Amino acid sequence: MLKTIQNKIFAGERISADEAMELFETDDIFTLGNIASHVAEKKNGKKVFFIRNRHINPTNICVNRCRFCAFSRSKGEDGAFELTIDEIIEKLHPSHITHHASRITSYQEVHIVGGLHPDRPFEYYLDMLLTIRKNFPSLHIKAFTAVEVDYMSRISGLSLEETLLALKRHGLDVMPGGGAEIFDSMIRSRLCPEKISGERWLEVMETAHRLGIKTNATLLYGHIEDYRNRIDHLLKLRQLQDRTGGFQAFIPLSYHPKSTEIGGSYSSGIDDLKTIAISRIFLDNFDHITAYWIMLGEKISQLSLLFGADDLSGTVIEEKITHSAGALSAESMTPEELTHLIRMAGKVPVERDCFYRKIVS
Amino acid sequence: MQNNNRITKVEGLRLFKKADILELGHMADGIRNRLHPERIVTFIVDRNINYTNVCINRCLFCAFWRDENDPEAYVLGKDELFSKIDETIRLGGTQILIQGGLNPKLNLDYYTNLLKELKSRFDINVHGFSPPEICYIADRSDLTIRETLKILKHAGLDSIPGGGAEILSDRVKEVVSPRKIKSGRWLKVMEEAHKLGMKTTATMMFGSIEEAEDIIEHLNAVRNLQDKTGGFTAFIPWSFQPGNTALARSVEQRAKSKNTSRITHHASRIYPATAVEYLRILALSRIYLDNIKNIQASWVTQGLKLAQVALRFGANDFGSTMIEENVVASTGVRYKVSKEDIINAIKHTGFRPAQRNTYYEIIRYF
Repeated sequence: MLKTIQNKIFAGERISADEAMELFETDDIFTLGNIASHVAEKKNGKKVFFIRNRHINPTNICVNRCRFCAFSRSKGEDGAFELTIDEIIEKLHPSHITHHASRITSYQEVHIVGGLHPDRPFEYYLDMLLTIRKNFPSLHIKAFTAVEVDYMSRISGLSLEETLLALKRHGLDVMPGGGAEIFDSMIRSRLCPEKISGERWLEVMETAHRLGIKTNATLLYGHIEDYRNRIDHLLKLRQLQDRTGGFQAFIPLSYHPKSTEIGGSYSSGIDDLKTIAISRIFLDNFDHITAYWIMLGEKISQLSLLFGADDLSGTVIEEKITHSAGALSAESMTPEELTHLIRMAGKVPVERDCFYRKIVS
Repeated sequence: MQNNNRITKVEGLRLFKKADILELGHMADGIRNRLHPERIVTFIVDRNINYTNVCINRCLFCAFWRDENDPEAYVLGKDELFSKIDETIRLGGTQILIQGGLNPKLNLDYYTNLLKELKSRFDINVHGFSPPEICYIADRSDLTIRETLKILKHAGLDSIPGGGAEILSDRVKEVVSPRKIKSGRWLKVMEEAHKLGMKTTATMMFGSIEEAEDIIEHLNAVRNLQDKTGGFTAFIPWSFQPGNTALARSVEQRAKSKNTSRITHHASRIYPATAVEYLRILALSRIYLDNIKNIQASWVTQGLKLAQVALRFGANDFGSTMIEENVVASTGVRYKVSKEDIINAIKHTGFRPAQRNTYYEIIRYF
């Protein structure tokens, strides 16, 4: 059954949405893994990338209250927090690295995402970027999802283009892929009615790409969507990537049910691996597929490397968003631990920067 | 394998070292499907009761044992033990797994009295006392293994867990558990138990200092005995959990001074076996042990998601719901999992969950 699709892939052809559906419906995870590995090896050989990075969440106060999110708070609610720029700088100092993460001595990248704060002006974000840039000139800044950028453009009254240019001018290097969730409008309206539409998310990304800002893309799966919704989502990403080539990596995110409004259960390990593999096969114009170990756990992430993933994201110090929804993973991993996982999967670890350039140490 | 032919040690070794992991998984999955075509995945509701943590063996891979004089040393009182069993039965449990350290204060009478009283109070399967405990009781009472087993069986012991096998290679045992019984005696206990009509499981703890050859030796010894007796119900491979163990500490120390063979490619410490290593062993076990019907996935050491994947790499059983578990938890590895979680995890992988008893008879479908 999978033979036709396999032949197509091996001949370097693109598969259709219906063929992707066949892949989701197959029980033959072994052939699926082989096809995905073939694609991954053609693109990246045996290389598997990781980065030394840390996360900063400037605030969890958010005017959107998405049903799948356990992180966000309303202003004044118990557990709400907001960091000042000084506090952010303080967190970025190596002296702040504690206990488990103590062997991580430097970062290549800071990953900044947060809630849509009701009062903070656009200048706060520009100031944040500039201050980080001044204090840590060699640190790359990966910041703000399309949702946050859209919000900034609304609070500043600037166009998307002007907003993104200002962010770039103040130090933004690349953008993460969050906030995509699932594009299907029916599902989206049940998951996150306040959040920008899928079309708008794609529009922000297209604008960023046009301005030379590379971004990632994500998909949140395992909640109330079906396979068809996932494929539609992938298709829209593939179409945009055909136009811009601005996506660096695709990161499928498995839904975490704890402390969220919609509840439910964790996706299965098999579903995680299938989703990675099908993403790798379907998104033939993406260079990288990331197994985000924070969400998948260290074990499934390692197996993902046999199902088409070529990137493990990073050391990720101080992850808060997934952990507030019951992440089963650690809060950070050392480069040594990541390297070990990669080697034991028979792959070659490559430490990268935020543009997927190899770090020469 | 296609023709149902048994693989040799040499072939096993080659598969283990060279085969592509997905290919190995595919083979194991095919065998699982042939042995269990009804797509049922079983589990048991039971509780691990560790009656004492005092142990003279002090194995290097274990974080559970204490010295007799240690402030944390304990022997469970009968009241506590019975209330644990009571609770197990109320939660739908059909078995208790009762195991403990080799405690010099406890003699044969302790065991027989415990079993008799337990059996007179509760209708529950007692799956208890791994071979090192059996041998310790036998030696101190000056009885043969067979005599000891007969006495314990008569007192109420139903079946025997496969613990204490670790790796059935004396070279490895000499390093990781020098005071523990060697492979020959472990196998002897199992053989005698099987001859007396008692069912047992077999386990393997990998990921310490063993080589591929040791693993094949282990599988081969289990397969040979099963040919003779047919008394093993299941095989359960699980991985060494280095947290809080002397073995991990000594490796770290040695690595600091000088690299040793296995440690060289493992940098400065023993890492817990990764998912790929676990699945490789699991699949190989399913392929090699053609005479053992059931292979257990160990969610306790691997987590639910990897246990789900394990169902496609040869496993057909989810082990126990573990109302209580202490030994693995003492290494710092703890997954919070309920019976509902286990049932859902099995369903989401496309299998039909079923509760079984000790003998792999199905009690209830979910």
